Amino acid sequence: MIGTSIFIFSVIVAIVLIPFANTKWKGLITIMIVCINTVVSAIPAFKALNGTDTLQVFAGSIVTGPIPVRIDALSGWFILLISFTFLTGAVYGTHYMKAYKDQTANLSFHWIAYIIAHASLIAICSLQNSVAFLIAWEIMALSSFFIVIFEHNKQETLKAGINFLIQSHICILFLMLGFIGVAIKMNSFDFAAITAYSIQNPLLTNLGLFLTFFAGFAIKAGFVPFHTWLPYAHPAAPAHVSGIMSGVIIKIGIYGILRMLLLIRSDYTTIGYVILFFSIISGIYGVMLAILQHNLKKLLAYHSIENIGIIGIGIGLGCIGLGTGNHLLTLLGFAGALLHTLNHSLFKSVLFYAAGNIYQSTHTMNIEKLGGLAKRMPHTALLFLISALAICGLPPFNGFISEFLIYSGMLVGLKGAIIGLLWTLIFCIFGLALIGGLALLCFTKAYGTVFLGSQRVLFQKAPGEAAWGSILPMYASTLLILLIGLFPAYFMSLLSQPVGLYLNKITILVPTNETFSINTLNMISICAFGIFGLAAFIFLIRKKVTDSKAKTIGATWGCAYTGNTDKMQYTASSFVRSYRKLAEPLLSIDKKKKDLHGIFPSGGEHETHPYDKAEKWFVDYPIKALTNLFNRFSFLQNGILQIYILYGVAFVTLILVTPLIYDRIIALIHFLNQL
Amino acid sequence: MLSLLLILLASLFFTGIIIRTKSLASGRKGPGIFQPISDVIRLFKKGAVYSETTTFIFQIAPSIYFASVIMAILVIPFGTTKGIISFNGDFVFFAYVLALGKFLSIISALDTGSSFEGMGASREALYSMFAEPAFFILMGSFALLTGHTSFYDIFNTLHFDSYISYMLAALATFVLIMIGMIENSRMPIDDPKTHLELTMVHEVMILDNSGFDLGLILSASYLKFAMYGALIANFFIDDLSFAIAIPLFFAIQILFAIVVGVLESFMARFRMSHNPQYIFTLSSVALLIFFGVLLVLEKLT
Repeated sequence: MIGTSIFIFSVIVAIVLIPFANTKWKGLITIMIVCINTVVSAIPAFKALNGTDTLQVFAGSIVTGPIPVRIDALSGWFILLISFTFLTGAVYGTHYMKAYKDQTANLSFHWIAYIIAHASLIAICSLQNSVAFLIAWEIMALSSFFIVIFEHNKQETLKAGINFLIQSHICILFLMLGFIGVAIKMNSFDFAAITAYSIQNPLLTNLGLFLTFFAGFAIKAGFVPFHTWLPYAHPAAPAHVSGIMSGVIIKIGIYGILRMLLLIRSDYTTIGYVILFFSIISGIYGVMLAILQHNLKKLLAYHSIENIGIIGIGIGLGCIGLGTGNHLLTLLGFAGALLHTLNHSLFKSVLFYAAGNIYQSTHTMNIEKLGGLAKRMPHTALLFLISALAICGLPPFNGFISEFLIYSGMLVGLKGAIIGLLWTLIFCIFGLALIGGLALLCFTKAYGTVFLGSQRVLFQKAPGEAAWGSILPMYASTLLILLIGLFPAYFMSLLSQPVGLYLNKITILVPTNETFSINTLNMISICAFGIFGLAAFIFLIRKKVTDSKAKTIGATWGCAYTGNTDKMQYTASSFVRSYRKLAEPLLSIDKKKKDLHGIFPSGGEHETHPYDKAEKWFVDYPIKALTNLFNRFSFLQNGILQIYILYGVAFVTLILVTPLIYDRIIALIHFLNQL
Repeated sequence: MLSLLLILLASLFFTGIIIRTKSLASGRKGPGIFQPISDVIRLFKKGAVYSETTTFIFQIAPSIYFASVIMAILVIPFGTTKGIISFNGDFVFFAYVLALGKFLSIISALDTGSSFEGMGASREALYSMFAEPAFFILMGSFALLTGHTSFYDIFNTLHFDSYISYMLAALATFVLIMIGMIENSRMPIDDPKTHLELTMVHEVMILDNSGFDLGLILSASYLKFAMYGALIANFFIDDLSFAIAIPLFFAIQILFAIVVGVLESFMARFRMSHNPQYIFTLSSVALLIFFGVLLVLEKLT
């Protein structure tokens, strides 16, 4: 009770104080309030992860009925990862926003929206009443819209923001449909009613109910083909907002899916196949498009779609485990998904913060214009490198642990599976391996072009390292990335409660003598230390041996060409050219090319603009068709006032006359029946 | 432990045998089989030239690349003796730790800001991306066949008793040889002897490496060859006693090296644009293995 009061009180205090504070204090107050809310919510969250749920029932109103606030292990896990990224985001953002310190009113609004977004996300994780849940969801959607459009004087930002706002509401529409469907039958908005509803109904109805919720949450999470808002919204937002958007706000969709899996009893195997289908497509499609992007933030945004796909693969495997009664598959699938959710929130936020540092020192996000930043921004370069390695799922970092759990799940699932499942699993293994390889291509491109080589364009002001205030929160997240990579067993033990929620649901018990031994993770931890140790050892030997030897600094080998080669460097586009040629039939790439001709050629050009085929088919074409359809009725809107009044009169008449006519028709039918 | 020693030993002469085979095939006498190793030792003693464009990445990448190959070797068993590291799903670790080395070698090539090295880096990234699924399907199929998920358990429960399983071993050997060739950038994917930067893959990436670093990179690639040889040998060693197993191991390594040498002597490199398609077909061969496993397990009825 005290917790909730402090929580609400602190948000109100923030709303009152921030407008009156000066620029520096606005940021500090935000950090303090986010801290307070984090502490208040982390206490029950940690309790839940240790096995004690917190339940508190508010009286609510006549509309909502009693509102239970319940923090179980699943909520706890999400609250912790949300709060951590919001904390680093607030600290990073305070420094990032110094560049905009003149826009005081705008800043106040931004920070207030930021705090409200944090609070509403925590509320979503803990509220167990559908009306309250939807209200919190709406607050989250609106506040995240406001933090995205901070630079609303740019038309692009506003456009991306409105796109995001509309799609958020389509998401809410689906959720409302699902909740109302249940509430009509059960006459209660409590989440428990959903479980009760699904026990009463046949599996097929439950599947329909789940898919309705899935469609809603998938829009938020960014599963293909519901992802089209994501690549616009992430680049438009300020860096710390992109970090939390990609790190945690889209994860609330994952939370929703996981929560519904707990509530709805249904045919889990079918659900698993559905989720796997969408996830594999999201994973491969996301990274395929990410490789082609020229805008660093957009590249990272498409990578979020890929990672959502990986999380989805974990969830799908877990569901199949639930459906077939495979204890181990359930464990590994859900554990992999939950851990990857945390992992992604860590490395993706660091990557976005790094992108923010780059943006503030060079004022461009175009990869082709950057280059050689590792010398100018050594900290950012190192942090970006670690996160890039982690996001590719490479050991000894955290991404490897979650991908390893998912791989193990698939391999475990192979045993004793029926033929259909076998093909699915082998296809998933294929998909995940391909995703890994594509991610490697993507991040070598991004890292190599942005940080390495020499500068491609002369900037007015030489790019320099960001302030410590922006670097420190990145180090904090990176520390966690390393810790998860080095001590996976501890984090796995933290997951035992949330995953246990799913394991308890297994009804068909298939006896197995196999368990996932924590020993495997300990071995991975040894391997992780081994990689560090061995690399350091070899590096030391190298240092010992080469210190006494002659070292010459020379120009890069240029086939005996000794002039300036900055403009001859391999560019990002040429780095992925062979890939682009291969992927072209699958994607839609707008290409402009002007070849060189003659003895003294000039002005050769080559431009590629990758476009999203899914967006073309699922958004552009339907909207075009709708516009065409509605254009046919444009004659109605002719601007003549008299006609409009006529419409009004016609409408009123129609309303009044319809019941009368209806009665007459009913009477007529009765009459005919009697005949 | 045993496997590490044996692989280290095999790596000493592996590349030498390839070079010798190629020389003999082209009618020359050729250098001794330990020539590559003495080249590496000479490199270790030399000073180095660094490009002024390079950063810390270029300094650390060769060491990490070498470390990643050693870590990958540590998980490989030898017959009935475990590798130093062995756990369920260790082949996932094997593939990913190699990818770590690859990531660093690619970005270290980009670190030089050269107009050539990016080309090689781009190709290497693309090819390894296409090779990865084949390896995973292959190992996944054997995991299904044996019911185990670590190299050691897979190789120890794998027994050949029917015609189909001989077929499987032959296909698996083919896939592993090809993956080994891709990973080591040899024919028919890449020609290590080409003299034109534009047609190189791996060679062009390490143009700016010299001295100790170049030695590390070269010895890592010798080790990689012997490592894939050891993987192939494990298919055939089974539970033989050391007296037979160790000579068999070396016989297989030498045979593998001769096959590579012969392939390189009598084959031309593929056109660059055809390479990805070719590598991708490896995945379909791996799928064939999966199909064979389904046949063996009678899952198709």
